[in-house]
Amino acid sequence: MKIAEGGFVTVLTFLYLVNAMAWADPIALVGARVIPVGEPPIESGVLIVEGGQVASVGSDRAVVTAEMTVIDVSGKVIIPGLVDTHSHIAASNDLNDSGGPMLPGLSAVDAIDATDPSIQIAQAGGITTVNIMPGSGNLMGGQTAYVKLRDVSTVDEMLICSDRWEDVCGGMKMANGTNPQGGGGYPGTRMMTALRQRQIFIRGEDREKAFPSQTPPPRRWWQRASQPSSPPKPNLESDPLVEILRGQRIVHFHTHRADDIVTAMRLAEEFEFELVLHHVSEAWKVADEIAASGVSCSLIVIDSPGGKEEALEISMRNGVLLEELDVPVAFHTDDPILDSRLFLRSGGLAIRAGMSQEGALEALTIRGAEMLGLQDQIGSLEVGKDADFVVLSGDPFDVYTKVEQTWVDGVPVFDRADPDDRQWAVGGDEVGERYPEVVQ
Amino acid sequence: MIGILWLGLGLAAAQNGFVIKGDQVHTVSGPVIDNGVVVVVDGRIQSVGSVQDIQWPEDWPVYHGSVVVPGLIDAMGTAGLTGANNQGFDQDHRDGESDLQPALRALDAYNPHDSLVEWVRGYGVTTLHVGPSPGSPVGGRTLLTHTLGGSVDEVAIIEDGFVVFSLGEPAKRSRSRSGPRSRMGSAAIVRQMLYEAKQYQSRRRLPLADRPPLDLGLQALVELLEGKRRAVFHAHRADDLLTALRIADEFGLNIVLAGATEGYLVRDRIAQADVSVIVGPIMAHSRFAGERRNATFENAALLSEVGVPLAFMSGYQGYVPKVRVVLWEAAIAAANGLGPHTTLEALTLGAARILGVDDTLGSLDPGKVADVVIYDGDPFQYTSHACLVVIAGVVVSDTCR
Repeated sequence: MKIAEGGFVTVLTFLYLVNAMAWADPIALVGARVIPVGEPPIESGVLIVEGGQVASVGSDRAVVTAEMTVIDVSGKVIIPGLVDTHSHIAASNDLNDSGGPMLPGLSAVDAIDATDPSIQIAQAGGITTVNIMPGSGNLMGGQTAYVKLRDVSTVDEMLICSDRWEDVCGGMKMANGTNPQGGGGYPGTRMMTALRQRQIFIRGEDREKAFPSQTPPPRRWWQRASQPSSPPKPNLESDPLVEILRGQRIVHFHTHRADDIVTAMRLAEEFEFELVLHHVSEAWKVADEIAASGVSCSLIVIDSPGGKEEALEISMRNGVLLEELDVPVAFHTDDPILDSRLFLRSGGLAIRAGMSQEGALEALTIRGAEMLGLQDQIGSLEVGKDADFVVLSGDPFDVYTKVEQTWVDGVPVFDRADPDDRQWAVGGDEVGERYPEVVQ
Repeated sequence: MIGILWLGLGLAAAQNGFVIKGDQVHTVSGPVIDNGVVVVVDGRIQSVGSVQDIQWPEDWPVYHGSVVVPGLIDAMGTAGLTGANNQGFDQDHRDGESDLQPALRALDAYNPHDSLVEWVRGYGVTTLHVGPSPGSPVGGRTLLTHTLGGSVDEVAIIEDGFVVFSLGEPAKRSRSRSGPRSRMGSAAIVRQMLYEAKQYQSRRRLPLADRPPLDLGLQALVELLEGKRRAVFHAHRADDLLTALRIADEFGLNIVLAGATEGYLVRDRIAQADVSVIVGPIMAHSRFAGERRNATFENAALLSEVGVPLAFMSGYQGYVPKVRVVLWEAAIAAANGLGPHTTLEALTLGAARILGVDDTLGSLDPGKVADVVIYDGDPFQYTSHACLVVIAGVVVSDTCR
């Protein structure tokens, strides 16, 4: 819900859902089937939003008071905002830096254009939180960014952390298999891939010795002069490795083939870092090993196998097989590989292959939140969590269901009833400029 | 598994016929039959009707399911020309030699055993129209085939079909040094070649001594000019679609538009020209393709509103995933204004009409080839399964997928 005007982006007043003058905190959404995730669905539920958070969720209408803005959503279905654990929206022109195979100092934060239309498009798919990642062309491609799809103008306002220099604001992208292999300083074999990745963690261990305490390395180097007892000089390349080794930064590992999956898990065991496997095309071959290692899997659900050697044996059944073994499963779009507007389709196709409805919805919400370490803040509709949710016209996995509204932090950022938003939902990037002009 | 399926089918063949029952039988040519029956004998549909009205021998096998539909037709794709590996050895969708190569035939490159063919078959795609991918302005000729294994001559429906043309971005990226680098250039060489075909056509009528030698490419274009053959024009942008209509008009070609991302912008012109559209896949990295950036989920619905005959296609995919399942592409249209019934028609009988095979394929009618699929619910729901796939009376899949 954003318009570009003279090159300047402004947030539109919310016109379509409620009268703008009448809209005020707290807001009560009444009458929808609310699927909070983690708790049973509530028929004709009452969802109270206050201060950007969920103030209450239940079925008792007595909690609705006179000062609340009441929105009748009878007949609709409300689910938590979707969490996309792996996407390249707003940064798809800056995926893979060619500065070498190991780039822990790079950050997706520096590549995200908060005004990119792909954000509007993802909002139209019901996505509220995204892990925006560097690509898989490097062994360690850089830091990822956990962002909310707020209607804002700068990446800083999208970040979930409060300060990119004081906090850990994302994970670390790693990759093995064929994508990061090749000539010119890149490994030629999987053996070299694993060696280089071991070496970078050893470098991290060396760096860690400079910080005996658990205090994260300070990175506001421009303020260091004013600090009375200066800690060691920051190292933007190595300090993120320390964060990984101290469990403050999760590794998001692109991996397809069974042996590559096992290699990634071996590295995580050797260096004791928190690992989320991404894509995991051949998970079905090593499902027991994945379950035993306790790692999480963020799966891609694509139309067909192939397109590259290591994706030849991807299985639609990865989701159900891992679910049966109690492996945490999330999905991702890898946008632009999949279209963010059709993210719910991933759940639908996983259900087709045998996954449970509940498991599929969890995989689109709370499991993804866990894989970003944000489960206390997002991923389900619980009191005190962020009011990120989607109003659907029907069942989440019905192909005819439409995303009607997407809310982030208690603010509607997408409303299909708004003609401008509707164009993002059904049309392409610049369709707003041309659609529906018809040449006569 | 395949071996077992073929064994089962051998049994069915020995018994001469079998029966498919459905809670709903969508003949597509007529109304939906509740508690319907399709009787298959010797690869053809013998009879279709309500369960009360149809008789069959007691010992014939009966397959029962929820929704019975004609086999789906992917009206323009490259599966089988482009293998799953996506390596040089299994990619035969575009020949690098020339921008103008109407002599090429998909028949000579199609691999019926590629895993992608089996993949789409499992979801109910029984017929594939394959041809050169968008690229060369004049790319070669198509093959219409059943999605069976075996040898291509056994499974082909039309061995030598449409001539494939391309306009727009891919056609600008010529691989030859002197080839076109602009839309003007690609349109010009298409025109030039059609004009040469005209000259060739008249010179071939000269006395034997003066006739030019047989040119396999020009001969195909002569057949196009004579209305004995048709053309597919791949184009996305509205102006490219109009260029296709213009060229067709200038040379009297019978064409079909494929891809047609911006077809909705010129839908009245397409309708006026009485041209059909094979709607391209929308989940196709559209943000990486400048000429498809105005794609809309409602393209099919908007074209249908003004009466443009429609089909759906999987197109060409350069990366992961290597093939689109046309069922799921159509599902997007079904959910965005086209509705399930019209969408199903476009995927079956509509496609058969556009491809000129509606006398034998595309609907559940007596005498037609028995291409039948049973789904356990609305075919367009992602959560439904294709539980039985029958091609020419052969059960090729009986696992719910």
